[in-house]
Parts: sequence; C-alpha cells; structure tokens
Amino acid sequence: DAVNLQTPVTPVASEIYDMHTMMLIICLVIFIAVFGVMFWSVFHHRKSKGAVAAHFHENTTVEIVWTIVPVLILLGMAYPATKTIIAMKDTSNADLTIKATGYQWKWGYDYIKGEGEGIRLISNLSTPQDQIQGKADKDEHYLLEVDQPLVVPVGKKIRILTTANDVIHAWWVPAFGVKQDAIPGYIRDTWFRADKEGVYRGNCAELCGKDHGFMPIEVHVVSAAKYTAWVNERQAAAATSAANDTKTWALPDLVAKGKDVFNANCAACHQPDGKGLPPAFPPLDGAAIVLAPPADQITTVLNGREGTPMAAWGKVLSDADLAAVITYTRNAWSNKTGEAIQPAQIAAARH
Amino acid sequence: MSQAVEKYFVPEPSKFPIFGSFALLCIGSGAVMWLNSVGPGPEVFFLGMATLIYMLFGWFGQVIRESEGGKYGKQVDSAFRWSMGWFIFSEVMFFAAFFGTLFYVRVIAVPSLGSELNAGLIWDGFKAAWPTAGPHAADTFSPMEAWGIPAINTLILLTSGATLTWAHWGLTKDNRGQLKLGLLFTILLGAIFLSLQAFEYIHAYEEMNLKLTSGIYGSTFFMMTGFHGLHVTIGAIMLLVMLFRVLAGHFTKEHHFAFEAAAWYWHFVDVVWLLLFVVVYWL
Amino acid sequence: MSAVTPDQVHDDHHHHGPTGLMRWITTTNHKDIGTMYLIFSFIMFLSGGVMALTIRAELFKPGLQIVQPEFFNQLTTMHGLVMVFGAIMPAFVGFANWMLPLMIGASDMAFARMNNWSFWLLPVAAVLLIGSFFVPGGATAAGWTLYAPLSVQMGMGMDMAIFAIHIMGISSIMGAINIIVTILNMRAPGMKMMKMPLFCWTWLITAYLLIAVMPVLAGAVTMILTDRHFGTSFFNAAGGGDPVLYQHVFWFFGHPEVYIMILPAFGIVSQIIPTFARKPLFGYASMVYATASIAILSFVVWAHHMFTTGMPAQTQLFFMYATMLIAVPTGVKVFNWVATMWRGSLTFETPMLFAVGFLFVFTIGGFTGLICAIAPIDIQLQDTYYVVAHFHYVLVAGSLFALFAGAYYWLPKWTGHMYSEKLGKLHFWCSIVFFNVTFFPMHFLGLAGMPRRIPDYSLQFADFNALASIGAFGFGLSQLIFLAAVIKCARGGEKAAAKPWEGAEGLEWTVPSPAPHHTFETPPVVE
Ligand code: HEA
Ligand code: HEA
Ligand code: CUA
Ligand SMILES: [Cu+2]
Repeated sequence: DAVNLQTPVTPVASEIYDMHTMMLIICLVIFIAVFGVMFWSVFHHRKSKGAVAAHFHENTTVEIVWTIVPVLILLGMAYPATKTIIAMKDTSNADLTIKATGYQWKWGYDYIKGEGEGIRLISNLSTPQDQIQGKADKDEHYLLEVDQPLVVPVGKKIRILTTANDVIHAWWVPAFGVKQDAIPGYIRDTWFRADKEGVYRGNCAELCGKDHGFMPIEVHVVSAAKYTAWVNERQAAAATSAANDTKTWALPDLVAKGKDVFNANCAACHQPDGKGLPPAFPPLDGAAIVLAPPADQITTVLNGREGTPMAAWGKVLSDADLAAVITYTRNAWSNKTGEAIQPAQIAAARH
Repeated sequence: MSQAVEKYFVPEPSKFPIFGSFALLCIGSGAVMWLNSVGPGPEVFFLGMATLIYMLFGWFGQVIRESEGGKYGKQVDSAFRWSMGWFIFSEVMFFAAFFGTLFYVRVIAVPSLGSELNAGLIWDGFKAAWPTAGPHAADTFSPMEAWGIPAINTLILLTSGATLTWAHWGLTKDNRGQLKLGLLFTILLGAIFLSLQAFEYIHAYEEMNLKLTSGIYGSTFFMMTGFHGLHVTIGAIMLLVMLFRVLAGHFTKEHHFAFEAAAWYWHFVDVVWLLLFVVVYWL
Repeated sequence: MSAVTPDQVHDDHHHHGPTGLMRWITTTNHKDIGTMYLIFSFIMFLSGGVMALTIRAELFKPGLQIVQPEFFNQLTTMHGLVMVFGAIMPAFVGFANWMLPLMIGASDMAFARMNNWSFWLLPVAAVLLIGSFFVPGGATAAGWTLYAPLSVQMGMGMDMAIFAIHIMGISSIMGAINIIVTILNMRAPGMKMMKMPLFCWTWLITAYLLIAVMPVLAGAVTMILTDRHFGTSFFNAAGGGDPVLYQHVFWFFGHPEVYIMILPAFGIVSQIIPTFARKPLFGYASMVYATASIAILSFVVWAHHMFTTGMPAQTQLFFMYATMLIAVPTGVKVFNWVATMWRGSLTFETPMLFAVGFLFVFTIGGFTGLICAIAPIDIQLQDTYYVVAHFHYVLVAGSLFALFAGAYYWLPKWTGHMYSEKLGKLHFWCSIVFFNVTFFPMHFLGLAGMPRRIPDYSLQFADFNALASIGAFGFGLSQLIFLAAVIKCARGGEKAAAKPWEGAEGLEWTVPSPAPHHTFETPPVVE
C-alpha cells in the first residue's frame, strides 16, 4: 500500500516530496527528544519508585533556549519552502496553455494557446455504475478513469488556467505537485512540466456537491510526435461535429444519440430512468416542462437554473448534442411527444 | 450591623430565559419556513417575535425593579459595565465582517474581475470600476451621493451624540429638566435620521434603480447601511426606555448605569456611521 | 447598608425554587447549568459519533453500500458541525461554569440568569441543526465550512443550519461575556490575576477569541442567507462578488475557532499535570504569555486554509510564516508540561493518563499541522485525509482527551464519589489504542492522494480505510465505558474527600465533595 506522496514526475513535485521528507525527519527528531525526556520521567520519577518531588518551577535560561531554538529550526524549514513557492507561482513562458473548467461533475478542457489551439474536450468519469453499486467487479483504475483524458506533450511547460461553471472545484494531479482551486467567475493559474511519459491520475479536490467523489482527472503525457498525431485526429473530429450541427436529423437518430448524451451528462442527477432524486433533482419522466412546447425546456437546458445544480449546458455541449438530448427526454420513458428538436432550433435559441 | 464585604447579587431561578429560547426557536424555524414557502412560516415567526418582546419586557422589567430596589452593589455595577463594553465589542466585530467585505471587494475582487485574464476569458472585456453591479449586471443604476441626505444624516447623528452628552451632564448635575430635554432631542434626532434613511431607500429603489439586487454595490450598500439602521432603531428604543424611566423618577446622579449603557451604545452606532459615511458613501 | 432587609434574610437561606424539570429549566445556579452543558455536549458527541460511524461504515470498502453520495455529504457536514459546535465547545463551557467560580472563589457566574439562557439556546440550535435531516432536501451538504457558492445551492436544511449558527453564536457570545466578567470582576480578595489557576487564564483568553470571532461567523452566514434568498451578490462573480471572499470571512472566524477548542484544553491539562506530579507548574508566567501569543497569532494565519485558492506568492508567504510561528508558543507549553513532570513524584490515575495521552498525541497533531503550514506541501495535502488526520489528532486526542481528563479529575468534586479507577483506565487504554488505529492510517491515505469528503474511493486506498473503520467502531464503543464510569460514579461509590488528590491545589478543593449548591457566598480570602 502507498504510504507516502506519489512518485513525482515534475521538478516542483520532487521538491515538495523532498521537503516533506525533511520535515518529517525534523519533526520525528524533536518528537523523540521531547518524549524521550517525558518517558524518562514517566519511568524514573514515579512516586511508586520512591521519587520525591523537586520544587523548581522556573528557569529563565532554559525558557529562553526553548523559545529561540524552535525559531531557528523554523527558519531552516521556511527557506526551501519559500524558494518552492516562488517557483510554483511562476507561470510565465508556457509552451501550451489549457483552460480547465470544473462542472458539476466533470472537467472541460480548452486548449487556448500553443499546439492544438482550439481543441475542446469534456472529460467524464468512465467507471460504470455497476462497479460503483457493487454489481460488477471493480477494475484497476476504478474511479480514476475518464472517457476523454487530457493529453499533453512531455517535457513542455504546460500552464493550466482553472475556472468553474457552478461551484468551486479543484484541479489536482498529485504526481505533478499541482492543485489549484477552480473558482466560478475567476481564472486562476498553475503550471507543470512532466518529465516522463505516462498516465497520471488525480481527483477534484474541493467539495462540489453530490458527485464530488466522481470527477477524476486523467492526464496522458505523450511524446511530441504522438501529441501532434492526437491534435490532428481531434481537429478532424471537430470538423465532423461542426457538420452535425448544421444538418437536419431524423427522429430515431436523434433519440439514439440523445440517449448517450443523457447517460453521460444528465443521468447522474435525473437518473437513467428519468425519475430524478426529488426534491433536489426533479424527475423528467412526465415532467410538465418536458411535455410542454419546447421553448422553455431549451432555454432551461441552455442556460441552467440559477440557485439549483442545473447547469448551463449551452456552454458544454454542441447544438447537435443538445438537440439530441432534448429530443431524447421528450421521447423516452412515458414521454411520447414524437417531436424531433433540430440543432438549428438550438442555435436560434442561443442568445 | 454593617458588613465589610458586600454580597454579590445572585438572582432567583427565572422563567424568562426559556421564553427567550422558545422565542428564538420560533423565529428561526418560522423564518426558515417563510423563506422556503412551506408551512405557517409568518405565523410562527411572529409568535416568536411576540414571545421575545414579552420576554424582554419581563426580564428587563425585573432587572429594573431589582436595580431600583437597591439590590445591585458596586460589584454588580462594574459587572454591568464590563459586559456592556464587551457586548459592544462583539457588535464592532460584526460590522468589521462587513467592512472587511467591502474592503475586499473594492480592493481585490472587482479589480481582479477586470484583469486581463478574467475580463478577457470570462467577462467580455469587463472594465473594473467602483461602484459596479458586476460584470454581468442586468441593469444600470446610479450610485448614492455622499453630499446630500447622507451628509445631513451625519450632522444629525453627530448632533445627537452631543445632545445625549448634554443630557448626561444634566443627570450628573441632578438637573432632571436638562436630562429629559436632552434625551428627547436625541431620540427625535434618531427618528429624523431613520426617516431620512427610509426616504433615501425609497428614492434609491424608485428613482435610481439602486436595489439590494444591484450586484455587489447594492449588496454592500443596503446590507451595511441597513444593519446600521437596525442598530439606530435598537439604540433609539433603548433611549426611549431611558426616557420613560427618567419620567418615572429612576436613576440617581451616582447610580445610573443603564443610562450610560444606552449612551455608549448610541455613541458606538454614531462611530459606525462615520465610518460608513466615509467608506460607503464618500470614497 | 446598615440594616438587613427582609429580602436579604430570605436570600441567605438556600431556598431551592422550583423542583423537578422546572428546576433545571429555570435554574440560575452555575453548577446546575454546568451539569446541563456537560450532559448536552455528551449527547451531541454521541450523535456526531453515530454520524461518524456511518461515514466510516460506508468507507469500510470501495463502492457504495450504505448511503448515497448526497446523504454522505450531509453526514460529513453535520458530523463536523455537531462535533464542533455541539460537543466540544459546549463541553468546555460546561467546565467553565462548574469550575471558574469555584477556582476564583466567586459565589456564582456574574450573570446567572443570562447564563441559563446561554445554555437553553443550545437545545434550540440543536433542534434546528439535527432537525434539518428531516426536511425536504435534507441537511446541508456543503461541508462544515459551508463554502459558497455550494451552500447557496443547498435546500432549506442550509437555512436551518444558518439560523442554528446564529443562535449558537448568541449563546457563545453571552457565555463568553459572562466568563470574562466573572474572572475580571468576581475574584476573591487576594486572588491576583497572576495567581489564578491556568484554567481561568486559558478560558479568559478563549472568551476574548469567542467575542471577537463569533460575530464574524454570524456575518458570513448572514451573507450566505441573503445571497440565497434576497438576491445579493456577495459570493457571486457575475454581480461583482467573489466566492473566495466567503472563505476569508469564514476562516477569520475558523482559525481562532480551532484555538477556542484547544486553549481550554491546555488549561485543564495545566491543572492536572502539576497535581499528579506533586510539583508546581513549570513556567506559570510563560504559560500565560504563550496562551496569549497563540490567541493573538491566531488572527493572522487564517489563509493557511486557502493555499490552493491561488493567492499571490507574497500573501502565501506571509500566512505560511505566521502559521509556522505558532509552533513556538505551543512548543513552550509542551516543554513546560514536560518540565513539570521532570523530577516530580508521578502517579498515573486516569486524569493523568489522559493528560499524558493528550500531550503525546496532540503533539503529533501539532507537527502535522506544521507540515500543512508549509505552503508547497499543503498544495499536496489540502483537502485530503492528511488534513482529516491532522485535525482529529488535535481535536479528538487534543480537545476530547483533555475533556475526559478534566471529567475524571473533577468528577469526585461534582458527584461526591470516586469514579471507578478500573473503568477509567480501561477507557483510557481502549481510547488511545483505537484512536490511533482509526486516525493514524489517515496520514498515509492523505499522502497517497485520497481526497476528503468522498463517499467512495479508488482501490489502492482500501486497506487503510478498512483499518480506520475498524478502529472507529472500537473507539466509539470505548466511549460507552466512559458513560458507564460516569453513571456509576454519579450513583454511588467510595465517598470522595474534599481534596481527593494528594497533590492538588486551589480553592475548588477547599469546599466539600460534592460541592454544595452554593459555595463562596462569602468570598474566601486568598493568602
Ligand atoms: C484543536 C484544533 C486545532 C489545532 C490546535 C490546530 C493546530 C494547528 N494547525 Fe490545524 N486544523 C484544525 C484544527 C486545529 N489545528 C482543523 C479543524 C483543520 C481543518 C479544517 C477544515 O478544513 O475542515 C485544520 C487545518 C489546518 C491547516 C489547513 C490544512 C488544509 O486544509 O490544507 C493548516 C495549515 O497550515 C493547519 C495548521 C496548524 C498549525 C500550524 C497548528 C499549530 O497550532 C500546531 C502547533 C504545535 C506544534 C508544532 C507541536 C508542539 C511544538 C513543539 C514540540 C515545539 C517544537 C517544534 C518545532 C520547532 C517544529 N491546520
Ligand atoms: C470536533 C471534534 C470532532 C470529533 C470528536 C470527531 C470524531 C470523529 N470523527 Fe470527525 N470530523 C470533524 C470533527 C470531529 N470529529 C470535523 C470538523 C470534520 C470535517 C467535516 C467536513 O469535512 O466538513 C470531520 C470529518 C471526519 C471524517 C471525514 C469525512 C469526510 O471527509 O467525508 C471522518 C472519516 O473518517 C471522521 C471520523 C471521525 C470519527 C471516527 C470520530 C470518532 O472519534 C467518533 C467517536 C464517537 C462515537 C463513535 C460515538 C460513540 C457512541 C456510541 C458508540 C453509541 C452508539 C449508539 C447507537 C448506535 C445508538 N470525521
Ligand atoms: Cu468537483 Cu469536487
Ligand atoms: Cu487554521
């Protein structure tokens, strides 16, 4: 079992690792010294051993000594810590800038500067519900796996901008020594440079509601060549997605696509059977807003509902995905409107 | 037979505290129901308020009777002094939380919203300035001017501090007429202050489109001046009680801590206003 | 006054007003009120403990078995709130009520009626807080820190928590004023400040902390309330506010709050160690100054809870240095206690066992606190089980063990009987062993990367979690021994002498055991 900080793969993480080891040793030494003295007393100055109490209750010299010495020890600790803080805060001259946005409960990534600029991904937990509910065996990366990982090149300085859409989250990858709160309405930044290819995993580290425990972070650090290949692949996929947003869809295709979108994004709250978890998470099956003409439902899905966990999905999903998922809810379970909502309607409802 | 050591007064068992607790239970749960529109919220809330008022009358009434009955010695008197002082300190800290908030939003939060990163990536080029209703303000409003009613109110409160001290001199010189007149003036000035503030609020809502919901400016403005107004109201009620007690012939020139406590409170409210005037209205 | 009025004659005879339940509801006696505080806090400790056990049961193995995530978060939140505001704080106030007047030779607390109200507000707050589990949407699930904007999203359980906090705040402020005035104003003739037992000093300083920070907490939750219901934008960036602002206001309260929960514990331990070492406390004056320094420093370290929010480097450095400094006065205390034991004539009755246990285990918690204070390291540790381990070491093995130590120490004075030394020792040994089994593995979990406030975790954390859960149930059961010991002691047993401990000093040991209903109506004269 792991008993220590994860193996560091960035310079900052290594400094933290060593600093922690140093602190641990200093504290242990002090601890043993202080309690060595105490246990000596405990064993030798017992009444049952005939110890007679002394009467001293003051000694200015030792009191001064044990005030000054700790101060000096602390100075010794503060020095390396100060250096590391300054290094951690220096986010200048990044090779690649990525914005990580916390949503309840997933991460969204926008590559905003450097190779791959323009790529967007949404990263959802990919562990199946059955494993969580104990109906299937748990696999190795239980709860630490996502559908679309963040991909970055090895040996490059990556600047991460964090923000959030709803409540505070925190973007944390232990092996990088990076943890930065993602605060709605504000951008914060941090950076890392991974020196070793590999897959690194972390979690959201700020309580963000129901599924706070289920929004992992998975980062693939790959070689420059693999990274370029990945960027090309993503850009081709983006082109298809753009085409999807403009075409007119048949009802069954929308429902099929919508079901996937629903299960990935909506089912956590509204539940796969559409029954929700009232009162916090209302049902959609038989819901008035779903059965009424679509305008209200479209605006609610696009803009969210303030003061509730209902997010503004317009910022996360494409027009085609939104059209599909809305169509799905209007035709799933006992809801049988038979209506197809097209991406164009979503586009019209934006703004 | 005279005793060297004066005994500290320890009251009999009392039923008032439990009324107070019941009152706060009703106020708390009533407010929760009211805010969430479930159950008989307002009814329970006002039942709590009524109980609280009953409790305050009963409890303070008893304290006044004990005091006038000569049960409180020097030591009790100094206990009251300490406690009033520290109570006011707790109020100072309550306001400090809001002053700290105002400082933080003006010096840190709003400028940071207008910074390159935040304004550029999230808030469509929002320009930081004060006052503001934030980068996503639905509406525009006009901010409150310092040199109209607020300045007049400052004068009023300062004057009321003076009239109160004058009343206190009256009390210590055993000039009951001056005492009554001073108290009356002070209370009237307090009432005028509150009326002007109410007028200012109405003006803000109706003509300036400045509301509690007007972003962070509206939030800080109304919450800070509102809590202050609430404290003026409480202070004025305290002074009114003092006036009635004076009319009933209470207090002697040596023994009148209740009056002084009310006066301390009034001066505290005064000082808070000066700070508000400077940081909320003026700067 | 030269003539004794009939009224005063009346007062002189101890007439015991109402009886039965009404006695407790209307009482103005500090001992009655102290007893009620202690019983209330123990009930809250059991309630918070049952929540903790549910948490530990869910975390026994990976996967969701017992509770669903939303309810899990409610349990975590309420466990924290109930333990902090319901168990630990009121327990210390209970000790203050019982012991301060006895220690300084006062006839009662300065404001006996208000004292009653301070207590009777607590059950009201508890009803609101625990009742919130049963309203639509359930209790608040935003963590005991109630961070915005998550707390703005919550259901009506959040409003109940807010009002409960307001009411507890009123109770604490009144209680603190009462304590300050009692200590400053009602000391017996000759009881100089620098002669007061250290417990009085630590409570005096704690009371100042309470008065300074409870109103700030009230302000913070009031802003949440108005953000929730009245459209203000304190914590909403769209309106120009800032979620991080809440954290600043909260921790301005929150950090002094953790010292509110430990300073009286320091006081209790400082009474007990000299008694069982049969030697005066080493460095009395420096103990007083150290306590005051801790209190003052506690106002300038709050942002060490916020190292991951993204502050400028200078701000981080300032808060890191300030936090580290607290190790100095705390170290002075630890060294003084050890020096008090040095060349004493030690015996280890239960109070002493708990005091020594406190010293040993609290210090571990202090060291992990210091490790958290190193900002770069805290980046890795913040919001992990390492922090959970840290604060349970200082709160459970710190505050709670000191409370147990104090309870055994003064039980003879309260009940007039000696407690069963056998049960007491059993309680101690079970507690210290199971405590460490529960919380020591959490250091490893946190270092290895397990976040806190999660109902389910990945597989590499399974073994230590199972161990911690087993420990937690053992620790919980051990507390039933305490219950048994107290009940047994209250119902009978060997008669306790006025001064049952050979090495004890202080006015409380000059009155008979059990302490009569009224004591020191005529102040004793010290020296
Ligand atoms: C009784 C309560 C209590 C006490 C006494 C302390 C004491 C300390 N705490 Fe702790 N703390 C909490 C309760 C407490 N804490 C709680 C509840 C939280 C979490 C809140 C939440 O998020 O929910 C928390 C969280 C917390 C954090 C934030 C962690 C995070 O969220 O990332 C930090 C960071 O600096 C910290 C630091 C400290 C320090 C430096 C001390 C110091 O006072 C410790 C000083 C003591 C010693 C150092 C040991 C004795 C000294 C010597 C023997 C001298 C020689 C030593 C040296 C020179 C090294 N604490
Ligand atoms: C102030 C004091 C305090 C005390 C005394 C405790 C006591 C305990 N706490 Fe504590 N805990 C906190 C304060 C405290 N805690 C705080 C502030 C938090 C943070 C909350 C947050 O994140 O917001 C926290 C969070 C916290 C967590 C993290 C939860 C999470 O992050 O999701 C855990 C997990 O193990 C835990 C466990 C325990 C355990 C096992 C005990 C044990 O010591 C409890 C032992 C007591 C008992 C078990 C009661 C015994 C009673 C019986 C056995 C009777 C049985 C009767 C019936 C069944 C009818 N606590
Ligand atoms: Cu997102 Cu926790
Ligand atoms: Cu702290």
